[in-house]
Amino acid sequence: MISSSLIPCGQYKTSYAADTTIFLTPASRNWCILGIILAACAPLVLSNYLLALLIQIGYYGIAALGLNILVGSTGQISLGHAAFFGFGAFASAWLNNTFGVPVLLSIPLAGVMTTLLGLLFGIPAGRLKGLYLAIATFASQFILEDFFSRANWFTGGSSGAMANPVSLFGYELNGDKSFFYVVLAWLVVMFIIGTNLLRTRDGRAFVAVRDHYLSAEVMGINLTKYRILSFGISSFYAGIGGALYGHYLGFVSAEGFTILLSIQFLGMIIIGGMGSVMGTLMGTVFMVLLPEATEGAVSAIKHVTGDIPALTSALAYIKEATIGLAIVLFLIFEPDGLVHRWRLIKSYWKLYPFSY
Amino acid sequence: MSVENTPVLEVRDVSLGFGGVRALSEVSFEVKRGELFSIIGPNGAGKTSMLNCISGRYKPTSGRVYLDGRDVTGLTPNIRATLGMGRTFQNLALFGHMSVLDNIMVGRHHLLNNNALTGGLYWLSGARKEELSHRRKVEDIIDFLEIAHIRKAVAGTLPYGLRKRVELARAMAVEPKIILLDEPMAGMNLEEKEDMARYIVDLNEEWGMTVVMIEHDMGVVMDISQRVMVLEFGRKIAEGLPAEVMENERVKVAYLGIDDDEPAEAGSAA
Repeated sequence: MISSSLIPCGQYKTSYAADTTIFLTPASRNWCILGIILAACAPLVLSNYLLALLIQIGYYGIAALGLNILVGSTGQISLGHAAFFGFGAFASAWLNNTFGVPVLLSIPLAGVMTTLLGLLFGIPAGRLKGLYLAIATFASQFILEDFFSRANWFTGGSSGAMANPVSLFGYELNGDKSFFYVVLAWLVVMFIIGTNLLRTRDGRAFVAVRDHYLSAEVMGINLTKYRILSFGISSFYAGIGGALYGHYLGFVSAEGFTILLSIQFLGMIIIGGMGSVMGTLMGTVFMVLLPEATEGAVSAIKHVTGDIPALTSALAYIKEATIGLAIVLFLIFEPDGLVHRWRLIKSYWKLYPFSY
Repeated sequence: MSVENTPVLEVRDVSLGFGGVRALSEVSFEVKRGELFSIIGPNGAGKTSMLNCISGRYKPTSGRVYLDGRDVTGLTPNIRATLGMGRTFQNLALFGHMSVLDNIMVGRHHLLNNNALTGGLYWLSGARKEELSHRRKVEDIIDFLEIAHIRKAVAGTLPYGLRKRVELARAMAVEPKIILLDEPMAGMNLEEKEDMARYIVDLNEEWGMTVVMIEHDMGVVMDISQRVMVLEFGRKIAEGLPAEVMENERVKVAYLGIDDDEPAEAGSAA
């Protein structure tokens, strides 16, 4: 009901077309466009360090959106998302290094390759549910990790693979400033596609499978097909995100795609809001900035108390622990995620000061 | 011509067993085009099992099910839906987190052509146009069932009577040749029952839809059904016009639990 109560008065829809827009009101659409424009101005004002964080939000956000379509919308579970993310990174580097495919083209092609892999690893999802599916995807994480470290022809084995920077018309887009625009463009496109997907036939089918699979089947939805398709789409997003990651760092190595990253992806969508496109982005921002904030807090403590060697040496663990703590706290206090909190804030101000 | 004469639904000698339990024993019946057909029987008689065999949730141990002359016995529920079968459930089975509108749009799944790729490209691929044209059809159903005021509400937040109506709307959106209703009036008050009975009659008469209904409320069943079948312990004990069925001795026994040798008390309570 919350969505309908948020429509401001004076908003009349006179056609079905006007009733199927992404944004409820023109104002919220304009805010979003303004946000993208502001983001596009970011390289002009932000330091390289902050820009690097934004780029990180970009490629993780794309991959997290894929996981959210799988976990949040279709109600499946995947503990192997990082492996697909990694496969995308290797695939794009491989296409570029081996066949000389230009990077701008190898990124989407890597997405397609990861999709095929995801469809393959999604086959158990046609039969398994819940905990059993979790274990099956857990297995795919380790199978792929092993593949990364052994398939020398594809990944360069334990020494990893070089990934060239994006080049456009022979001009190398090297450095954070120009790569930021590549990531931003992909982020916007992928989020628009994700939003569109979820409001059309197959997106509805995903949610139907999640909410009540028996009646979904009676409505003509092929459960096996949609469960596997959801894995494919989620892998596509992971592949694109991973490819961007690879070309940004310039070097891809199997160590980056462990189960820990898979859990972090799950953390992003839990914190952001399951099944919500905007929530995914919020969760990613939260997840990327949390370690930074932790580091800031630790250095603030040190500033007051003087240097504590134990604190400095434990910083890496403290960062991981805060991520775990954040997930637990969100599960307890805000299981619907940041996006739900955001809606509550909006409806509070809409009704302010008469909240009844 | 021959199309008009074939029954929309034909159930031939369907038996269903769960281990040692016989839920259905060689039940046969036909539903003609445009008919409002009811299945009644005491609790545990196998009514819902029958409906599940028809919709494909259960596979009968033996016997066949024909939809529009086509053998659908081995087909999965989703294929039967695309062939023209819609149903509602006894216990509510809406998609709780979706809006009413989206719930009904799911019913049009097999009539829509856009997929994950074209859906994602919404404006470029024609998916938008297709969605909008189907929205119009859905709005007709919404108007018919008088649920326009809740079309944007989340289905899980609705009261019981409305959810039942949304479920009917979703089954109608499939544009089925036959619609199976499992206790559409269970747990409703008198007013809601009257509304629902009116919708079902209109669905049958104005929309020309063939309806198979399971219902416990005898008054409603006898008033609106054209033909009634009675099940007891998985067997068909009677079939015919409501008035005939009412007078059937075995039905009286099944419902009132009177011994055959005490027919004197039978007339009053039926």
